[in-house]
Amino acid sequence: MGTIYFLVQQMMTFSIPLLIVALGGLFSERSGVVNIALEGIMIIGGFSSILFINFMQKMGVFDGQLLLICAVLIAVISGGAFSLLHAYAAINMNADQTISGTALNTFAPAFAIYGARMIQPSNVQQITFNNTFRIASVPLLGDIPIIGNLLFKQAYITTYIGFAILIAATILLYKTRFGLRLRACGEHPQAADSVGVNVYKMRYFGVLISGMLAGLGGLVFVVPTSTNFNATVAGYGFLGIAVLIFGQWKPIRIFIASLFFGLMKTISSSYSGISLLLQLGINSYIYKMVPYIATLIVLAFTSKRSQAPRALGQPYDHGGR
Amino acid sequence: MDKLRRILRSTGFVNASSSVLAILVGLVFGFVIMLISNPAQAIQGFGIILKGGFSGGARGIGQTLYYAIPIIMTGLSVGFAFKTGLFNIGASGQFTVGAFTAIFIGIKLNSLPAPLHWIIALLGAMLAGGLWALIPGLFKAYLNVNEVISSIMMNYIGLFAVNYAIKHPALKTAPTIFDTTMNLTSNTAPTSILPKSFLSYLFPGSTVNIGIIIAILIAVFMYFVLNKTTFGYELKACGYNKHASQYAGISEKRSIVLSMVIAGALSGLGGGLVYLSGPNGRRYKVLDLLLADGFAGIPVALLGLNNPLGIIFAGIFIAFITIGGEYLQSLDFVVEIIDIITAAIIFFSAFALVFRGFIQKMLKAEELAVSLDDNHSSLRRQNSGKETGGEK
Repeated sequence: MGTIYFLVQQMMTFSIPLLIVALGGLFSERSGVVNIALEGIMIIGGFSSILFINFMQKMGVFDGQLLLICAVLIAVISGGAFSLLHAYAAINMNADQTISGTALNTFAPAFAIYGARMIQPSNVQQITFNNTFRIASVPLLGDIPIIGNLLFKQAYITTYIGFAILIAATILLYKTRFGLRLRACGEHPQAADSVGVNVYKMRYFGVLISGMLAGLGGLVFVVPTSTNFNATVAGYGFLGIAVLIFGQWKPIRIFIASLFFGLMKTISSSYSGISLLLQLGINSYIYKMVPYIATLIVLAFTSKRSQAPRALGQPYDHGGR
Repeated sequence: MDKLRRILRSTGFVNASSSVLAILVGLVFGFVIMLISNPAQAIQGFGIILKGGFSGGARGIGQTLYYAIPIIMTGLSVGFAFKTGLFNIGASGQFTVGAFTAIFIGIKLNSLPAPLHWIIALLGAMLAGGLWALIPGLFKAYLNVNEVISSIMMNYIGLFAVNYAIKHPALKTAPTIFDTTMNLTSNTAPTSILPKSFLSYLFPGSTVNIGIIIAILIAVFMYFVLNKTTFGYELKACGYNKHASQYAGISEKRSIVLSMVIAGALSGLGGGLVYLSGPNGRRYKVLDLLLADGFAGIPVALLGLNNPLGIIFAGIFIAFITIGGEYLQSLDFVVEIIDIITAAIIFFSAFALVFRGFIQKMLKAEELAVSLDDNHSSLRRQNSGKETGGEK
């Protein structure tokens, strides 16, 4: 049993950031804007929030869960602000969305290194922090048999934020007027416009939400897996896009896809702790390939009928209606 | 006068000048960042960036060209795929397997004579890159798998497969591929190193070799294929509008697979060219990190407007300011300022439509009709290109 608890706890550290980022991408793409800038936005979110944690811990202002929650806000705000550049290019300037996304992806790591080395007195590009955020056991909930061990021990508050976002995103997309309008803009913007929906505004919201969630994803990725931020999120933004497509642009399927990928990633990173897998004597590089090969195989079986938003990537021209 | 006006009117001129405008705005943006972060040295530092590869004299120019080789090749790869309606984000993986194959042949087949050895190594690199892109191509054509995702997966699979192979016990026998103490690949055999030819007189002391000539020749060849052959026309037609081209009897599946394989071969060749440059050239470092060359190809392709000839200049330009960034380290600056400038240039080049409109407005009013037409058709082209993107 101990192994399974350990695996699930590990899986959460991989799955939750992917879930949050993919849900971010969902809002942008459902509104009709391709957002390959998720990787860059994650880096900006991670950079600003970890820098904030670093400063606060150094000055000894406050620490623990309250600091993490404040950092979450910083990540959300900075990610949202950065994504507005993409929104402006894609929506106002009718820019090629791949190009402006690439620009943001190029900018973010360079800016994170430049900023860290210029701001920090030590002149290094890594921003360090003390991990004081792990919750050994959530009061009450941690004592529930099995489930308590699976989900409420050795956990981070960000895990629950991830679940909350999943529920909120599902409701927002499918149960509100806003969600209906947003989806309409991604499927048939002309039709949405003809009934009075402001396509430009909805697409701005779509990109902004994706930026806020991707920024948060950057923080959520770094906190459990490392004690410093080194201007990278290890391709998680791109993997988030993979999870989004793998999940066929639907929240619940995205959740399953991120769990799947998280599980594969867990196997590849902690196979040495599982005696059964260790005994097979397979090279560690093979295990590292497992998540990517597994995703390819699953995609091969599930992609035949793609359900991408129809107007995805097409600039909307009000006059062209 | 009439001739001048015709040149000014041409789409090529307007496109190129919108790229130049994006470069200028990007440079100004970089200067502002430098002013904010380090006002005292900003002007001096900016001067160093502008001087770029020239700071190092003939050797500096040679190094600029050496730096340009991989990004021209991956730029060609990404640009070619863009032209045919595909986004090849997998250049990194294709580059890596190409590099490994070239290194493998360069070290292990050391009984081959000089020109043959490196030629075979380069062909092997092309083949490996092409095969690596074949999988996303087949997946896209026959299983409707988005090529962006499958190529991202292939990037990681390629990286880990190559590192696995380099460290594999079976390759430990002499001549060994892996230099354990340095965590690098070993030097390739002298017969596998690309000759410097006349370039060693032009740029003494630099690493540049005929790799840059091969890259430029390939670019010219790709330009010819894309613009002057039926084959290239068919591939482009599929990218613009797959329904229309299917109607015209072009096999879409075949086009997708071929486009990906060609794009992969270009990236793979880039990997071969860089790592067969002798002891002073690059050696492959065994890290769990995707090689940046593949991703650097994206801005190069975009800046070169996906035109193979434009990509030559874009690649050399990016290499030029990158070298400038290295000289910049003598001051209190961080090299990444170059990437920030590159990002700004790409961002503003995304505004090409608006820039083009702006440039055209500055031309005579009589040209307006033509320019509107241009804008219109380029917009239509973009839209139809995106239609294939939408179905991913």
